[in-house]
Amino acid sequence: MTAALQAQGLGKKYGRRWALTDCTLDVPAGRVVGLVGPNGAGKSTLLNLAVGMLTPTTGSIEVLGSPAGSSQLARIGFVAQDTPTYARLSIADHLKLGASLNPAWDKTLATDRIESLGLNPKQRAGRLSGGQRAQLALTLGIAKRPELLILDEPVAALDPLARREFLQDLMEAVAEHELSVVLSSHLVSDVERSCDYLVVLVDSRVQIAGDIDTLLATHYRLVGPRRDEKSLPHNQHVIAASHTDRQSTVLIRTDEPILDPAWTVTQLTLEDVVLAYMGRSSPSKQNDRPVLEVQR
Amino acid sequence: MMWLTWRQFRLQALVIGAAVALIVVFLLATGPGLQDEYQLAHEGFLSRISFDQINEYLYIVGQAAVYAAPPVIGAFWGAPLIARELEMGTHRLVWTQSISRTRWLVTKLLCTGLAAIALTGLLSLAVTWWADPIDDALNHGDFNGVFNLPRLLPPVFGARGVAPIGYAAFAFALGVAVGLVTRRSVVAIAITLAAVIAIQIATPMFLRPHLMTPLQASVIVTAENMRGLQLSGPETNPEVMRIEARLEGVGEGFWKISENTVNAAGQVQKTLPDWVVNCIPPPPGGPTGEGKIQAKTAQVSPTVTACFQRLADEGYRQQISYHPASRFWDLQWRETGVFLILALALSGFSLWRIRRDLT
Repeated sequence: MTAALQAQGLGKKYGRRWALTDCTLDVPAGRVVGLVGPNGAGKSTLLNLAVGMLTPTTGSIEVLGSPAGSSQLARIGFVAQDTPTYARLSIADHLKLGASLNPAWDKTLATDRIESLGLNPKQRAGRLSGGQRAQLALTLGIAKRPELLILDEPVAALDPLARREFLQDLMEAVAEHELSVVLSSHLVSDVERSCDYLVVLVDSRVQIAGDIDTLLATHYRLVGPRRDEKSLPHNQHVIAASHTDRQSTVLIRTDEPILDPAWTVTQLTLEDVVLAYMGRSSPSKQNDRPVLEVQR
Repeated sequence: MMWLTWRQFRLQALVIGAAVALIVVFLLATGPGLQDEYQLAHEGFLSRISFDQINEYLYIVGQAAVYAAPPVIGAFWGAPLIARELEMGTHRLVWTQSISRTRWLVTKLLCTGLAAIALTGLLSLAVTWWADPIDDALNHGDFNGVFNLPRLLPPVFGARGVAPIGYAAFAFALGVAVGLVTRRSVVAIAITLAAVIAIQIATPMFLRPHLMTPLQASVIVTAENMRGLQLSGPETNPEVMRIEARLEGVGEGFWKISENTVNAAGQVQKTLPDWVVNCIPPPPGGPTGEGKIQAKTAQVSPTVTACFQRLADEGYRQQISYHPASRFWDLQWRETGVFLILALALSGFSLWRIRRDLT
């Protein structure tokens, strides 16, 4: 199976500032991949590199098995951040734009989608609500019939309801057309709702990548009498730990059952897992970000 | 891509296209009348057509429109072409469809650039055709009112023939490149407007005289052909700085580039000898009005004659460099060529720049 995205030592510099440094990641194809990370982690830069809007300063990036660039454009659907559309052009104009710029354009798909969304094709894009505009941008991305659909924070500007509708709609379209999807977001809840694979990117580094179900099944919170987390068995990898005078709370990843009866073991939500990994990346901040307690 | 280019361009195209069409219609309607009038009799043609004020208006409006077209096209067609996409973020939509940015820009440059050339060319050729009898009369020494400059002279030259096509192509390509660099429509529009107007002003001063080697003429100043003297110092004891002579025998409508007084050794004189003040014709006799000037200049005083004689005897000559009227089209094509090459170079820059990072 070829990878949807594959980066090797990828770096991008704007002037003197590095937006992305030494990023190595492997995103499988045929999945709906959520790329999460705090603002400024380099998510947008990474996705813009993938569609060829940017060229790498260092390293390389491959999309669907070939180097990213303008020759790959027809194979990738891209919904850019803030879902830009031409305010003065109507919805019908946008579909015509898609038809004239994409050889594999699926006209019926596009018109059917607009119809099922209840949009008037004569309406100007500038008059659409944020959610409708995002839907229009998604329609352009899907009707192009790409192999890979990349969405850069597509729902960041939407209200919760529009957000949910958009993601639901995206999932239906993905299921119907068997697309690979990479979707970035700084909200775990978006990803949890729509994705089956998760990549956590913090400071250009992949903190963890994996199947969401597997992630949830292998992470636990252990609460028990105070003890040093270094005394845990070697197959239990400590992600985060905090201690009060009498009690220790440890967040671990393990594939084995937890046998120690001193611990109270609880399952984690995806948000807990993501926040734990995000917190781990910056050791200096660990003290003032007691990740575990804050969740309850 | 053609469809999208047209869809985004049609409003701007229609606005400028309609303005050009309006002017062209007026010119087409009145042009044949002018030509018939000129055919009828060359004598006094310009004073005859001055009676009908529409001719003067059209002469001025046509000329102004040809000069206005390049900066307007550069600012309103060229500058927003890429800048607006970058500003609105729509470049991220359109450059991630299946065609490359290079193809997107090539199509846009070709379609809009050719429209700029076609429209400016149409306007300029209509103006040139309409003004042809007037320019011809001016080249034969006739002049009257607003019709007072032959077409080779800077204020008219740039509004005739093919030169405006070069300006328009250049202004458009400049606007696109400036928009790509500044990424702000309004900034790009302002810079393009200012730059194109500045270049329109600078071209006749710094570029056009050098497109061909000017011809040289050596003229002895006489009381008859002297056009004027430049004096400095107190009124009672003035010093002659410069003297200018009329260039004769090369026809009308030539364009004088420079005029210097040289001595017998051929050295350019910064100031003239003291005695040249004697060449100043005596002021017309009292406040008797203009009618008498003609009579006065006819009979030149002996001191003035002696002064001019001395100038000639001591070998002072007026060294005049000029382009004759016959070089009009040669200069037109060369200037057009220069600006078309500049337009291609700027387009090349834009095509290079757009392939680099733009987010």
